[in-house]
Amino acid sequence: MPSKPQRIEVILETLVESIALAEEMGTRMAAAAGFDEDDQYKIGLAVHEGVMNAFEYGNEQRRERKIHVTFEMHEEKLVIHVVDQGAGFRIEEVPDPRDGENILGDSGRGVLLMKAFMDEVAVLSSAAGGAEVVMAKLHKR
Amino acid sequence: MSFKAASHEVGDVTVIDMDGRITLGEGTALLRDLIHENVARGRKKIVLNLGAISYIDSSGLGEMVSGYRFLKNEGGEIKLLNVNKKVTDLLQVTRLYTVFDTHTEEAQAVASF
Repeated sequence: MPSKPQRIEVILETLVESIALAEEMGTRMAAAAGFDEDDQYKIGLAVHEGVMNAFEYGNEQRRERKIHVTFEMHEEKLVIHVVDQGAGFRIEEVPDPRDGENILGDSGRGVLLMKAFMDEVAVLSSAAGGAEVVMAKLHKR
Repeated sequence: MSFKAASHEVGDVTVIDMDGRITLGEGTALLRDLIHENVARGRKKIVLNLGAISYIDSSGLGEMVSGYRFLKNEGGEIKLLNVNKKVTDLLQVTRLYTVFDTHTEEAQAVASF
């Protein structure tokens, strides 16, 4: 019978400093879960991008709103949830920053980096109506 | 580690040696200021030396693209020098390698304008 996943949840203020803090937690969780240095960096960057998205677009830099980050260490993967208190978004509606004139855009690369560096990425609507980015990295073993 | 930058000039080319992290906030703002200050002084050929950059996020990439666009509009150009593996991976994933001209030697980067 599979064991219950180890779960750590943190609630962050909508501050620019929260982005690097969440990234550091992501990197450490990845190390604790046994991922190699390359994957630790990729997981940390994906968390960084997820929280930066929540900071900038979801919570619109409003400090009173919170960003919930949850790390779940499963036997076969590390799952990360980033939940904001914004209006939510649909991942399929995010323009591809590599296409046409988008390549010279200032923004819009965060979701692409999350998808490139994680094995699974989805965006759900949270119970409170904000976006819930769920991403997972599978163990190679 | 935060972001630090120092510039030196080789003829009409400005080389900006950057160190640390180019991320949302301090790093992106300083990079933007450096590029704009150079253009204001009429120096429109800029090499960004990324050799000591440990980390770039999507905001940092966006700031580099913004600088590229700004310089193009001003009749100038931006080139990249000493792009490490992490940054190369980011340029590959985002296809920004099709936008930026990259070099491994400063002399080569300076001569490429």
